[in-house]
Amino acid sequence: MEPEYILQMEHVSKSYGDNLVLKDVSFNVKPGEIFALVGENGAGKSTLMNILFGMSVIHNTGGFEGDVKLCGEKANFASPNDAMKAGIGMVHQEFMLIPGFTVAENIKIGREDTTPTLASRVFGKTLEKLDREQMNKDAKKALDTIGMNIDEHVKVAGLPVGYMQFVEIAREIDKADIKLLVFDEPTAVLTETEAARLLKVMQTLAAKGIAIVFITHRLGEVMDVAQRIAVLRDGEVVSTMKPEDTDIVKVAQLMVGRKIEKMVDDSQVPENLDTAPVAVHINKLYVDMPGEVVKGVSLDIREGEIFGIGGLAGQGKIGIPNGIMGLFPAVGDVEIFGQKIAFSKLGDALHKGVAFVSEDRRGVGLLLDESIEDNIAFNAVAVKKEYLTNFGLTKLLSRKKIREHALNMIKLLDIRCTGPAQRVGSLSGGNQQKVCLASALTLHPRLLIVSEPTRGIDIGAKKLIMEHLVKLRCEEGVTIIMVSSELVELRSICDRIAIVSDGAVAEILLPDAPDADFGLAMSGARAKGVR
Amino acid sequence: MGATSIKKTIKNFGLPRIIIFSFFVLLMITAGIINMDVQSLMGDVIRRWGMYGILVLAMVPGIQSGIGPNFGVTIGIVGGLLGALISVELRSNDFFAAYASNPTLVAMMSILVALVLAVIISSVFGILYGMLLNRVKGSEMTVSTYVGFSVVALMNIMWLILPFRSQTSIWPIAQEGLRNTISLEADFSNVFNNLLGFYIGRTYIPTGLLLMFFLLCVLVWLFTKSRIGAMMAAAGTNPIYAKASGINVNRMRILGTTISTALGGVGIVMYAQSFGFLQLYNAPQMMGFSCVASILIGGASIRKARIFNVLLGTFLFHGIMAVALPVANNLIPEGNLSEILRIIISNGIILYALSKSKEEGK
Amino acid sequence: MKNPLRENVGGFFARNNVTILFIVLCIGSYIASGTSMSYLLPELFTRFGRNAFLVLSLLVPVVAGLGLNFGIVIGAVAAQISIFLVVLWGFSGFGGLMLCVAICTPLAILFGWLIGKLFNSMKGTEMIGGLVTGYFSDGLYQLLFLVILGGVIPINNPTLMISTGVGVKNTINLKDNLKYALDDVSMLTVIRVAFYVVAAVSVILLIFRIVKKQGLKISSLLKPLVPLAILYGASFIPAAKTFLDTTRLVLVTAVEIAALVTVAYNLYLIIRKKAINKEPGVPKKELARIGLMVALYAVTWIPQMYDAMMAVHLPVLTYLCIGALCLFIPWFMDTKLGQNMRTVGQDRGVAASAGINVDRTRIIAMIISTVLASYGQLISLQNIGTLQTYGSHNQVGLYAIAALLVGGASVNKATTKQAVLGILLFHTLFILAPNAGKALLGNAQIGEYFRVFVAYGVIALALAMHAWNSKGKKRKAPNEVEDGSMAIPFGL
Repeated sequence: MEPEYILQMEHVSKSYGDNLVLKDVSFNVKPGEIFALVGENGAGKSTLMNILFGMSVIHNTGGFEGDVKLCGEKANFASPNDAMKAGIGMVHQEFMLIPGFTVAENIKIGREDTTPTLASRVFGKTLEKLDREQMNKDAKKALDTIGMNIDEHVKVAGLPVGYMQFVEIAREIDKADIKLLVFDEPTAVLTETEAARLLKVMQTLAAKGIAIVFITHRLGEVMDVAQRIAVLRDGEVVSTMKPEDTDIVKVAQLMVGRKIEKMVDDSQVPENLDTAPVAVHINKLYVDMPGEVVKGVSLDIREGEIFGIGGLAGQGKIGIPNGIMGLFPAVGDVEIFGQKIAFSKLGDALHKGVAFVSEDRRGVGLLLDESIEDNIAFNAVAVKKEYLTNFGLTKLLSRKKIREHALNMIKLLDIRCTGPAQRVGSLSGGNQQKVCLASALTLHPRLLIVSEPTRGIDIGAKKLIMEHLVKLRCEEGVTIIMVSSELVELRSICDRIAIVSDGAVAEILLPDAPDADFGLAMSGARAKGVR
Repeated sequence: MGATSIKKTIKNFGLPRIIIFSFFVLLMITAGIINMDVQSLMGDVIRRWGMYGILVLAMVPGIQSGIGPNFGVTIGIVGGLLGALISVELRSNDFFAAYASNPTLVAMMSILVALVLAVIISSVFGILYGMLLNRVKGSEMTVSTYVGFSVVALMNIMWLILPFRSQTSIWPIAQEGLRNTISLEADFSNVFNNLLGFYIGRTYIPTGLLLMFFLLCVLVWLFTKSRIGAMMAAAGTNPIYAKASGINVNRMRILGTTISTALGGVGIVMYAQSFGFLQLYNAPQMMGFSCVASILIGGASIRKARIFNVLLGTFLFHGIMAVALPVANNLIPEGNLSEILRIIISNGIILYALSKSKEEGK
Repeated sequence: MKNPLRENVGGFFARNNVTILFIVLCIGSYIASGTSMSYLLPELFTRFGRNAFLVLSLLVPVVAGLGLNFGIVIGAVAAQISIFLVVLWGFSGFGGLMLCVAICTPLAILFGWLIGKLFNSMKGTEMIGGLVTGYFSDGLYQLLFLVILGGVIPINNPTLMISTGVGVKNTINLKDNLKYALDDVSMLTVIRVAFYVVAAVSVILLIFRIVKKQGLKISSLLKPLVPLAILYGASFIPAAKTFLDTTRLVLVTAVEIAALVTVAYNLYLIIRKKAINKEPGVPKKELARIGLMVALYAVTWIPQMYDAMMAVHLPVLTYLCIGALCLFIPWFMDTKLGQNMRTVGQDRGVAASAGINVDRTRIIAMIISTVLASYGQLISLQNIGTLQTYGSHNQVGLYAIAALLVGGASVNKATTKQAVLGILLFHTLFILAPNAGKALLGNAQIGEYFRVFVAYGVIALALAMHAWNSKGKKRKAPNEVEDGSMAIPFGL
């Protein structure tokens, strides 16, 4: 007898330390149903999937509360392999394929068909011969099921990128008793026609009785194929509905909607902002940053403005500052205070009065093994040749000047540490971020670009950093570009906010624009309408 | 409480270093027990410290600039040998005849010429070598090892056909081809060792050698404290960070490689003057390994190294070698126990560092 | 318009530049050295017999993503320990060699397991790790042979030990015990033993199948048995017996036999395809094979070559072992375990997510490689006839790896064909270099240094090119994703 539900999530809660990321989440998925999970970055989608697949992250951080049931039976998987054996499949955003193998070999990876040999009878199953004929036949069948006409003998390396996703799907459905398939942002790298094809395949699979969990931010696609939609926000399911009972605007609103708590007092907006001279002029900027590709962004930012750039992860907002700073190959015109930036010249932006706080604090922003003071001073030493002292014919780093300045910064930004010589790697995330900010401020920039300044830090540090950004603008007239996934924060201090979707600016909104406008702009629906 | 703090100290100092240090002490005590001349042994330890020190110091700029332990320091060594050979050749052509009245001055002049030439030749090699290493990021250790081996093999042919004519350098009968070991008796043998040297008891202190070693240590240390040095270290520890600070990472790596190679050239000249001979052909082949082993014993890792690691590592590793040889010969005359010891310790410590490097990377 | 032919040719040269350079070098030094084929060929085939097994032992780790296994030195060490013990205990001949195998197999498995463990803790730096492990094990080996044997474990054997009684002598003469232990097995013995073994296995299988009530599948059992039986039967003909009773096969005869068998077999294939199965098209593969063998046979009619090839005496069983390994490796790669190794070698992440135990697979690859290397060293030493206690193993890794790379292999791709071609080319140069050096520069020493330089240089070049290419690829990947997704229209 077929169970009523393939997957049941019952009162699932999960916290990392003090941080509650899932609050009492419940939903269930029927056989043959396409169930969509939508939500902003950080809404808890990936944590939910980690729980479903029994990822080690969950076990290592104290497990979770509530129940996950598969076909009515309680399931608590020790590892993703167990989950897969139980009939759950995952179609990844990045391809888990081996280019040098044929399509059939990839579909059968780890589950090859074999025939016994003399050696295998003596030394065990691993010496059984591959039954390539059977493998090709199964692969062909799986490909046929999803209506793909790919030659199973071809090497994956020779396939167009759009096909690879389908090879992954074929692999999942080739598994003997697949019950539930999770699609994690499957259309992110596909063209429109390919995406449409994929959605059709999902419907075909669902028609065969496989339950599908569809994680995406593309609301248009959700409205087209899903039978039910659950909106996840801040770790809670705020609503579960059917597409016919709602519309895209409403879903967008639910996804974003929350009261704007003014974290910071920003009443002192400089006068005449809209007539102030242009500080940053970006014209048709293209950046080739893997995972955050920018495809033609044009913006004008005025002097003394706090300009926000928002949007979902992977849409290209992060690519903009990284392109300007020359960290990834970029083309296009960027003028800062009238001076054109030469991307080919390393560090040109730095020399033209721009400072950058990277989103990748530990990877790009800091030298984790070095002291706080060295981290704070390093940029100024390298770029501006400051904090040096004469020593004979050469100049050496001036420990005294560096120490003095570091102590000032520690006090100014309230960096909690044992002293300026403490290793940065041993600081908490919030204090590391303050060190990054201090290092940028040491350059005395005219334009400060902060990328994801509040990611993964505690509320106190968050508030302090935001306050300091406002203060910088008011007291020193620094122009600030703030790139963030946290819409609330952007809306609380920015003067204008550009929402980036699919590598381009979808819309420039004022912070008090309606929630639905933000939601639609982020999910790409608005960009299409504008075009 | 006490136990944990001891544990912490052990962890800080590193288990391999404790083992090797204890071994060193043990060897010294054994030497005392079996009535060997501990004082002159100590002199030998100190001499070898200065003799190998600069070669080990060459590891520091390499590791700091991010190319890892420079197994290819042999390239610099070859450059240094060339420099020394040219100096010998000049001497045989009466280049230093003007100072003939004072043999020490001649020796001084000839080693200075050798050092300058060594720096120039090795630097040129180093720049080319650095450019190569920039193209093989991530596999520097393997590539540099085999490039080093290849260069040694290529130089074997060169030693046979290069047109050196000094009678002390070439085979006396064939009148061509350089000898395996070339005596520097007539050149700069021991010139730094004897400079201001003195005895404490029966322990000889080769002041000039040590001064030269410390001087170079200080220079490298000063370099790390300069703006360029800091930029180079940043490029080595975190290339993306360096790029974000507008630093040309590739250029910094070439700089580090060049300094490392040049120090290798200087190192071998200093080594040769202390040893009294130039060793050609396959002699330099494994020198890179013992240099890497020394600095690792001193507490460096394949990503991080300081001057202190050089001082400690060279002292321990070559100290053990200096003491182990006579002690082992005294205890077990058969077999080449100290040579076996060298192989096991040096390769063991490299393996240890390699197997640790993954954890460190996280 | 691009010329596809020219592109193909250009690509072929670019991909095989090391191999082509070597062919040119070999021809050049052959001409320069002025040696004759009848000097070169016997030398070459002797060296081939000695080294092939060692080179082939490198293939499995390459496929499993461990790169070039510089650690095969340790397999050689295992072999040398077993030889020492067997000589010490006074065994000799083929039985002695089998005892060596019995001792060195578990040793090599243990060593391989240890290296595998070690390599798992240094993923990405296996090659330098392997090199250092080789040196490290050499240190331990010297400790064992110079100090412990005789020093700690008393051994009273003046022919093996240094006169003081501590430490093993520099060279161990194998002349009276293990020399040619494998080479000197006659064809007749091989055929007889093979016949009895296959017959025994067939009977066991038959009984097994009767007991289990499976299909008898007698025809599949008869397939290997019938030709063996024919051969065995032929050995009772006096003329054939005298021929089969020899232990060495003259190369000309070998070529003749190989040509005959290949032509006959391929003709059978063609007939089956065309006449019985009625497949369309020209059977290109079969015809090519026939053509190749005919050409090879034609070579024996060149008088110079005939003389040279008459001078080559192949040790039959040794070459059979090498041939068997050449067949075993592709067979192994087509098993489940082999496929797992390929997967692990291509992408550890994908392998792990497909439920393959990555660490375990890598360890198995190292064990296989180490065991094969130890057999290779046994084969090599029984042919050479002297064990340089402290030298025989040292350069094993260097020359085997250089030979493999010369054949066109790279850090992550190697086949048996490349191994065979590589050994032939590399050792041709090795034989000719000293003579060429003497003829060109009047100094044989230069030639000797040159071949060492070539060995190191080839490895350095291959490693650098591998690092160079893989870096280029990584940088390109994101671009490809972007352009590809936009440029290629969906459909079909």
